[in-house]
Amino acid sequence: MTHTGEGQAHPLDAPRFAGPVVQCQNLSVRYGKNLALKDVTAVFPAGAVGLLGPNGAGKSTLLKSLLGFIVPEKGTMKVIDMDVATSPLEIRERIGYMPESDSHIPGMNAVSFVAYCAQLSGLPATDAMQRAHEVLYYVGLGEARYRNIETYSTGMKQRIKLAQAIVHDPDLLFLDEPTNGMDPKGRDEMLELIHDLAHNKNVNLILSSHLLPDVEFTCDHVVVMDKGTVATYGPIKALKGTTGRVYEMRIKGDEAQFISVLRGEGFDVKDSDEDVMRVFVPGAAGDNPKVLFELAARERVQVRHVRPSVPTLEDVFARAVGEK
Amino acid sequence: MPIHDQGYRRYGGTRAGIGRSWQVMTRAGVMSIIAKRQFLALMLFAWAPFVVRAVQIYVSATFQQASFLAPKGDTFREFLDQQGAFVFFVTIYVGAGLIANDRRANALQLYLSKPMTSAEYIAGKLAILFLFLVSVTFLPAMMLLLTQAIFAGSLTFVSNNLYLLPAITLFSLAQVLLASTTMLALSSLSKSSRFVAVMYAGLFFFTTALFNALRGITGKTSFAWLSPTAALEQLGDVIFRLPPRYQVPPSVAGLTVLVLIAASLYVLSRRVRGVEIVT
Repeated sequence: MTHTGEGQAHPLDAPRFAGPVVQCQNLSVRYGKNLALKDVTAVFPAGAVGLLGPNGAGKSTLLKSLLGFIVPEKGTMKVIDMDVATSPLEIRERIGYMPESDSHIPGMNAVSFVAYCAQLSGLPATDAMQRAHEVLYYVGLGEARYRNIETYSTGMKQRIKLAQAIVHDPDLLFLDEPTNGMDPKGRDEMLELIHDLAHNKNVNLILSSHLLPDVEFTCDHVVVMDKGTVATYGPIKALKGTTGRVYEMRIKGDEAQFISVLRGEGFDVKDSDEDVMRVFVPGAAGDNPKVLFELAARERVQVRHVRPSVPTLEDVFARAVGEK
Repeated sequence: MPIHDQGYRRYGGTRAGIGRSWQVMTRAGVMSIIAKRQFLALMLFAWAPFVVRAVQIYVSATFQQASFLAPKGDTFREFLDQQGAFVFFVTIYVGAGLIANDRRANALQLYLSKPMTSAEYIAGKLAILFLFLVSVTFLPAMMLLLTQAIFAGSLTFVSNNLYLLPAITLFSLAQVLLASTTMLALSSLSKSSRFVAVMYAGLFFFTTALFNALRGITGKTSFAWLSPTAALEQLGDVIFRLPPRYQVPPSVAGLTVLVLIAASLYVLSRRVRGVEIVT
């Protein structure tokens, strides 16, 4: 059986799947005695969503469960409105997966490999070869496309993994630590590509990473995971901006004591290098740093520097993980 | 304009339905093997016995004095026995790396992230080995039967030995399925194709040696079921209507072959997964 598209390429801005791309309900995954995911309930909206968390938080386990590689102990998962338990192949036909570890088909050059992956996803041989060339140029491997993949550098291997994931034009991309092992220039280029895919090519994607700047640069939404649970989720802008303000602060006096006082008042404090601390003042009180001066006066410490700071995803992450 | 802006576009063409990926795998696997000169040389050697037998048939059909060379029913059995050596070499050459190389390169997660089940993956890999093994067993044996009819200028021999058609088919199938499933199961157990080749050869020689040692000690051949090769020989005798060469009941020999195939498929179902879980 074959099914046919419109016979020609869709315009890039044609809408893909617009509803929530992934829905998990009470998902638990166990590896032996270790519970890797604990009762995870989350909704991933369309667009670019970052799956953020430290190593071992359960990000890759979640992606592999969504791919149907791991059978959960309990819970349900839906990807592009299809149940993972009952329609895994239909789902995999419409998604692309870029795994974290080095992966390739041995003995192939780049263009054969990518064309082969396209054929495995159902594209006819001629279309697969044509798209393989295009996609390899897109990811910046055009000049190296006839080289055996085993001779590629780490950065090139990351790009070829992205190429095989997008060659069949998926509606949803799973990217697992896509910048792992890349040099700064390569990393920036990879992030540009991911950003371009999500924002100009209209590809929904879930980017799993422990690197906050990567997620902040490429994604609009974030799901923060920690120790197998969802710590927080939502649009990055909303998580960063609405509930308070971050101040950079430098003081003279007993810093440790002052930090504990701040924390006692319910403020989130991150002590950084060079005596500068980042203090998150939640709620409406955050609009005015007066409260910080009052506390400093009470504790008899000198305030040497206070400056409102733009909250970063790091603050969101620290707060979310800290709250747990 | 950055180069990536020129490259990516939406795909609106046709897509094959789910369930055909294994054919893509098999085609790619076959093409990659036949592109190797070493393998072509091996295939030439594997077809040499066919050429010799074809000459034998031609001479016996052409020259009255050489009529003693005329093929009989068991000629085809002997031919398939001889091909057993090439089955061994082709199995090692083609089969050792089929899954082991994918495991080494972490390719399983790529395959299984496509619209393909693990059963389809196994079928695709199995088909590669199956096709090459059929081409050194069933195909030359059938060609030999056809050659006999052509050189003799009649179908008398074929019609007198009509059982040869199912016998060749059945015995080749048993030979090929046993070798391919066993090799594929071993290939799924390691990331090194060399180690897999050693394991396969070890299994082959160890079981044969064990059977021969027991035969030497007890003076009986009722332990033939311990050796897959001997079990297959016993099965072949029954299929070709020849007196069984060992004392083991043919049903037990058949069971040995079936159990090995089933065990190999079980191993494959356990080992071919998108993620390796170490607990």
